[in-house]
Amino acid sequence: MRAFLEGSKAIANTVSLCRPGVISAYPITPQTHIVEELAQLVADGKLDSQFVNVESEHSAASVVLGASASGVRVFTATSSQGLFLMAEVLFNIAGMRLPIVLTCANRAISAPINIWNDQQDSVSLRDCGFVQLYAENVQEAVDFHLLAYRLAEHKDIMLPVMVCIDGYILTHGIETLDMPEKEKIDKFLPAYQAPYKLDVDNPLTLGFLADPDYYTETRFAMQETHNEALKMLPELFADFSSVFGRNYQCVEKYRLEDAQKAIVAMGSVCGTIKDVVDELRKKGKKVGLLKISALRPFPMQDIYNALKGIPRVAVMDRALSLGSLAPLYSEIKSIFFAKKKAPKIISSFIAGLGGRDITAESIKEIFRQLNQREVVGKFIDLKAELLQDKL
Amino acid sequence: MSDSIKKTLFASGHTACAGCGQSLAARLVLEVCGPNTIIANNTGCLEVFSTKYPESAWCVPWIHSLFENSAAVASGIEAALKFLGKKQNINVICQAGDGGTGDIGMQALSGMWERGHDILSICYDNEAYENTGIQRSGLTPYDASTTTSPAGAQSFGNPRPKKPVPEIANAHGIVYVAIASVGYPQDLQKKVKKALSLKGPKYLQIHVPCPLGWGHATELTYQIARLAVQAGLYPLIEYENGELVSSFKITPKPVEEYLKLQRRFRHVLNNSEEIARIQETANKNIKKYNLVVKNN
Amino acid sequence: MFGPIIAKPGTSRKNKTGSWRTGAKPKFLQKDCIACRLCLILCPEGCIEGTQKNSFHCDYDYCKGCGICALICPKRDIEMISEEK
Repeated sequence: MRAFLEGSKAIANTVSLCRPGVISAYPITPQTHIVEELAQLVADGKLDSQFVNVESEHSAASVVLGASASGVRVFTATSSQGLFLMAEVLFNIAGMRLPIVLTCANRAISAPINIWNDQQDSVSLRDCGFVQLYAENVQEAVDFHLLAYRLAEHKDIMLPVMVCIDGYILTHGIETLDMPEKEKIDKFLPAYQAPYKLDVDNPLTLGFLADPDYYTETRFAMQETHNEALKMLPELFADFSSVFGRNYQCVEKYRLEDAQKAIVAMGSVCGTIKDVVDELRKKGKKVGLLKISALRPFPMQDIYNALKGIPRVAVMDRALSLGSLAPLYSEIKSIFFAKKKAPKIISSFIAGLGGRDITAESIKEIFRQLNQREVVGKFIDLKAELLQDKL
Repeated sequence: MSDSIKKTLFASGHTACAGCGQSLAARLVLEVCGPNTIIANNTGCLEVFSTKYPESAWCVPWIHSLFENSAAVASGIEAALKFLGKKQNINVICQAGDGGTGDIGMQALSGMWERGHDILSICYDNEAYENTGIQRSGLTPYDASTTTSPAGAQSFGNPRPKKPVPEIANAHGIVYVAIASVGYPQDLQKKVKKALSLKGPKYLQIHVPCPLGWGHATELTYQIARLAVQAGLYPLIEYENGELVSSFKITPKPVEEYLKLQRRFRHVLNNSEEIARIQETANKNIKKYNLVVKNN
Repeated sequence: MFGPIIAKPGTSRKNKTGSWRTGAKPKFLQKDCIACRLCLILCPEGCIEGTQKNSFHCDYDYCKGCGICALICPKRDIEMISEEK
């Protein structure tokens, strides 16, 4: 069904059709429109769900933890500081193997406080055990939620999934999309059958103390399950395609076949990069894009295959690892360590922090800089004049 | 092992210290709750000594997540049961020690009370972070020596009175707030039963001596709990909808009788000024809660 | 898939904490018992049982020897005796 909708509304209405029994969230910009819409659907009797208004993100995550442990499908959403306040609970949810789906409306991190988009929040939590999917546009944002529930609740996976969508750009942007219909969602996403839960008829104990005799194996199992999820995702994407007719992959190769230069990026900026690639291609430049849709599990083999024959690669991070290499860059770079087939140059660019626009010109500048020798941690569109100010 | 021991819902074989007041209280609580109960437990002694993988002492569904969030986890459980249409027949409990209740867990607990969930919150009050090595909490009593409020040349131990969590609970307008003690098990079980009979958020705070942390002989757990009550330092009171509906009557004993059995108060025993201050706390309780039956 | 780590109810019973006792254990004399049940109610291990007068006893597999039962017995019908190792 074609629709022209705000991203948050599209996501909320799709999540609603997934029938979460418990929803809990705490207000933070720019995530709010999603849960406001869900609250309204519950208030209007269109969604049978318990909407729990809590006093913090820590409790929002804890409420969905408790509800998920009771065998019910759940949903929560947050951004930025809210995600960080949840952080302790998120590691716990993953360790307890509860299939929670969380939308992260990506936003910059304080200080200074900034409500605009970058990806420092979710990227900083890439090690929390959640699967992380990054959406390029509203259509993907919507579709990834369906894939998220399906993957999370698979009995061989039982890991939580974070759907990362760029704040404002995808939460408040209005786009034309195909809204998934209820019948198709019901076909793709069966009701959740918890393999373990809090049940008075089968009184299990969940949430143990594990001493050195057991702890390592719990973490090993999570690592193995991420590998399994990586193997399973192509099947799920194929299944999704057969129901909804839209194709996804862990990485999307955009005009990479004969590319001499490529940018690697995640999220909404990929749309802009595609436009620039098309424009440059028209002028005969052999450029392309590698879009990373799954940061966790990290599709290393796919990335290797996609980039191994491309001489010059730029990795664009919208996040930082202060004091070291940019996060996505260091992971991409490590894939090619000591590999015979590898790009000659893998350069690192940081752009779009705290909501600064990444324009077509910014992207062209990155392609231009790929003509030079390898650069590491180059900030794009830096305002040199501001840096003159001293205390 | 006989059938009756097998039937207890809080099983033997847990690794609490000998004479632990908290393990005793947990069993007494669970006896009243029965099998149709789901428990969310904060991190703390009770969690650690009852669920060291792969062994669990719990015979009801039980979950531990973090130090501060059992009230929120229980809120999620209660919401899920409502969604499933199962809440009618199932008790939901969140429980914690005094630190998990009154310090780090206060925010989540306040949120749960304010939202009106049908949950009984229980604080097993052993008056310090015993699990991490007897550090001071907001519920550590005045003058108690702990590892982070030690007595010394310039210190009489903890410089602050106990945080009044029951009053904070009452300020939320919840249906039931009560204080109990393992020194009075019948009263304790009566209060659990009462709490579970009422819909909405409930708070029960139970005084549970800790032989290790308080520095008393393991066999004295029961007596010490009773002496705290009898001295007026731990009034057994009960509120319904904010109204004081009962207070356990005592014939007051001097606070020294309670203090002198515990190493944590050893440094004040020869200090009449400090004893007088502690006695003052007891006297205030006696007056405020009308703990003494007046003849004629 | 290993994990999450979950367990069946009451599995702690495998853990015989009776080995913790250091020196003393309760002896239920079963002479003057009035079946007040105080020992049973107040055992932190939940390992005392009995119904009739002079029927109360504990499970030494779990008794940690805290001594609460002996101290609170109103008839002094439980005494702590030295453990014969």
